[in-house]
Amino acid sequence: MATEANTADDGGLVFHPMDQFIVKPLFSDGPVGMFTITNVTMWMALTVLAIIALLVLGTSKRSTVPGRTQSIAELAYGFVYKMVEDVAGKDGVKFFPYIMTLFMFIVVSNFLGLLPAAFTTTSHIAVTAVMAMAVFIAVTVIGFVKHGAGYLGLFWISAAPLPLRPILALIEVISYFVRPVSHSIRLAGNMMAGHAVIKVFAAFAPMITISVGVGILVTPLSILAITAIYALEVLVAFIQAYVFAILTCVYLKDALHPHH
Amino acid sequence: MATDTTAAADAASGAGMPQLDITTYSNQIFWLVVTLVVIYFVLSRVALPRIAAVLAERQGTITNDIAAAEDLKAKAAEAEEAYNKALADARAEAQKIIAETKADIKAELDEAVAKADAEIAAKTAEGDKKIAEIREGALESVKEVAKDTAQEVVAAMGGKADARSVTAAVNARMKE
Amino acid sequence: MEGDVVQMGAYIGAGLACTGMGGAAVGVGHVVGNFLSGALRNPSAAGGQTATMFIGIAFSEALGIFSFLVALLLMFAV
Repeated sequence: MATEANTADDGGLVFHPMDQFIVKPLFSDGPVGMFTITNVTMWMALTVLAIIALLVLGTSKRSTVPGRTQSIAELAYGFVYKMVEDVAGKDGVKFFPYIMTLFMFIVVSNFLGLLPAAFTTTSHIAVTAVMAMAVFIAVTVIGFVKHGAGYLGLFWISAAPLPLRPILALIEVISYFVRPVSHSIRLAGNMMAGHAVIKVFAAFAPMITISVGVGILVTPLSILAITAIYALEVLVAFIQAYVFAILTCVYLKDALHPHH
Repeated sequence: MATDTTAAADAASGAGMPQLDITTYSNQIFWLVVTLVVIYFVLSRVALPRIAAVLAERQGTITNDIAAAEDLKAKAAEAEEAYNKALADARAEAQKIIAETKADIKAELDEAVAKADAEIAAKTAEGDKKIAEIREGALESVKEVAKDTAQEVVAAMGGKADARSVTAAVNARMKE
Repeated sequence: MEGDVVQMGAYIGAGLACTGMGGAAVGVGHVVGNFLSGALRNPSAAGGQTATMFIGIAFSEALGIFSFLVALLLMFAV
């Protein structure tokens, strides 16, 4: 429906805020099948290459006094490692490679998505939902394997007064099952919202070509707004990856120590 | 609602929101899984062990360096101690040498002074003797001259001077 | 202006849903403001609690994102 806004009656401004999220095949015009090479494939491949460049090629010298790239790689490593250790505890460290994988994928695709004309893989609910469901299922399985039925104690809050406990248990169960939803929609929604807002402002930018009188005011304002939102999006790109990873750690902690 | 779509892109995706286009889900999920598996293997096989090794190595190097620095510091302290000791020794030696030399010089000086005193005394004595001799000689000469002069004076006055009496007279006058 | 009542309702609903984002903004501001006032009183304890702050931000922000999502659904998907 957004594409209806581009009707000619407001002077030719074209609003396609959601077009940037369209999945299209790269080499053909046919339908998008499961194994079709699409722009999703391309940007995910670029993500993989960027991660390899940073974490593998960047550290290939193994220098004791690190260079610039190696410093960043070590910084990322130390950041995620400390996060896992602090939030999930010592026994959460063995899940560190998985969380590092998620974090690196999200943060690199968020940043790549900020390139002009890029496709943001993490803005798709399908992508984030798979990751969130994977975390959810893994955490639930870990919880039941480690604690058996005792894992259900997570929902039975023994600190609360007895009459309140069933109600709290119900709320806890609901919030437990809402976790993957909020986990995935938070990331996808943030990415989608930021990019759509940038696109809306970008659509106002060529106003000066339509009407000089209005455009002389609107065009600089919208360019300024794009710059500001872009800066915010750079921040959001990192923070959302951080939040996704840290929430994964929190859920993991619940699975490892349900009685805290 | 999204029936009156205008863009061709919309027609392709079939819905207003590309995120809700279920036909692309399988594609995205497939490639996502491939990507995550690749990243996981790259990280767990290559990158993370390498970075961990580098960090551990750096930690080791830092620890070693600190130990080496401690070592060197201890060595430096030792060397300083040795240096101070050597300095003190040298100072003591120098004091000893100075004292010895002073004593030597003093002894030599005393000896020389004594010798010089003796020489001076001897020379003084000799001088005194010579003076006495000269005085004696002078007295004799004076007597002689007086005698001669007296005889001449007497002769000139027309008298005949007896040598003996002149001598006696001169001797008597000289004694006064 | 073409369209029908349903579409009008959808657009009005989308606009109303956007007010939820204001709530999320208030919530996030509250979280960060309280964190900051606590952190300035006891700066030594602040470093360890930044993660907690971000979790709090994430939870309150998620609700704003939900309202944004509802708006988008009304705009594009209904």
